[in-house]
Amino acid sequence: MSIPKHHLPAEGNLASYTAGFLLSVILSGAAYLAVEQGLVAGTQLIVMLVAFAILQLMVQLVFFLHLDTVSSRWKLLVFLFMAMVVAILVGGSIWIMNNLNYNMSPAATNSFIIHDEGVTK
Amino acid sequence: MSEHTLLRQEHSDSTAVFGFWVYLMTDCVLFAALFAVYAVLRTGTFGGPGGSEIFNLPNILVETFLLLTSSYTCGLAMLAAHKGRRNEVVAWFGATFVLGFSFLALELSEFHQLLLDGNGPDRSAFLSSYFTLVGTHGLHITIGLLWMLVLMSQVLKRGLKPMTLNRLALLSLFWHFLDLIWIFIFTIVYLMGAK
Repeated sequence: MSIPKHHLPAEGNLASYTAGFLLSVILSGAAYLAVEQGLVAGTQLIVMLVAFAILQLMVQLVFFLHLDTVSSRWKLLVFLFMAMVVAILVGGSIWIMNNLNYNMSPAATNSFIIHDEGVTK
Repeated sequence: MSEHTLLRQEHSDSTAVFGFWVYLMTDCVLFAALFAVYAVLRTGTFGGPGGSEIFNLPNILVETFLLLTSSYTCGLAMLAAHKGRRNEVVAWFGATFVLGFSFLALELSEFHQLLLDGNGPDRSAFLSSYFTLVGTHGLHITIGLLWMLVLMSQVLKRGLKPMTLNRLALLSLFWHFLDLIWIFIFTIVYLMGAK
């Protein structure tokens, strides 16, 4: 009698671990160089860093943590639920707190709000 | 062992791995809360230094590569474990331990320098949230290192029994997970905070 495939814990092999390691090193190095060399700045830099981080997230999930639909659908489901909770928690906090900062800011930022909201003195 | 007990053993193993995975995902939510706090308090320096003044980026890159390499050696240890090569398992986990310990030592020396300069967690909201987030990760690393020592001694004493193999699998999951959390600390705290 053979054990159903989905009961076996997923494993990697030398090639998959090496690929994951090299890709991670390249992505971390690239992100570091992007900041250190200062080729891009501001929003562009942030977008680039987030892209590198998300790529690396996927590399490590697949090559190191063996997250795939074959070995365990439940593992993926719990991961996706966690991702949703994290998105609400982090996104919501930043959204709400920025709004609060904006509406309860000290005098230094008043001119910024006056300009933004088109208030005439 | 009969086929039935074999199957049951296999089943309980995958249940343990799944249960541990659920724990890791809830740990992710803990880190997400700390990341959110950091993102909100990032600019609250209260006249103290900001990220760009206190972060030593080359140092952080070394820490990142140490942790990445330790994740790789941990994977190699698991490959050796599945092949039943006891000495190789201990050697690779030994390498993982040394790399993880070096990471922790670098991080603690960085914290020590900050404290010496009067930039402890009591200096500003930014530094409080910074120490909490990075410190919580460091605490996880410390627990992982202790766990690694215990399991290495188990492998040396009792060999690679199915029970030990299962524990090693959980430890490797934990270690890869910490590597993943560090990537986000590296990107969000250090790289984005450096400019």
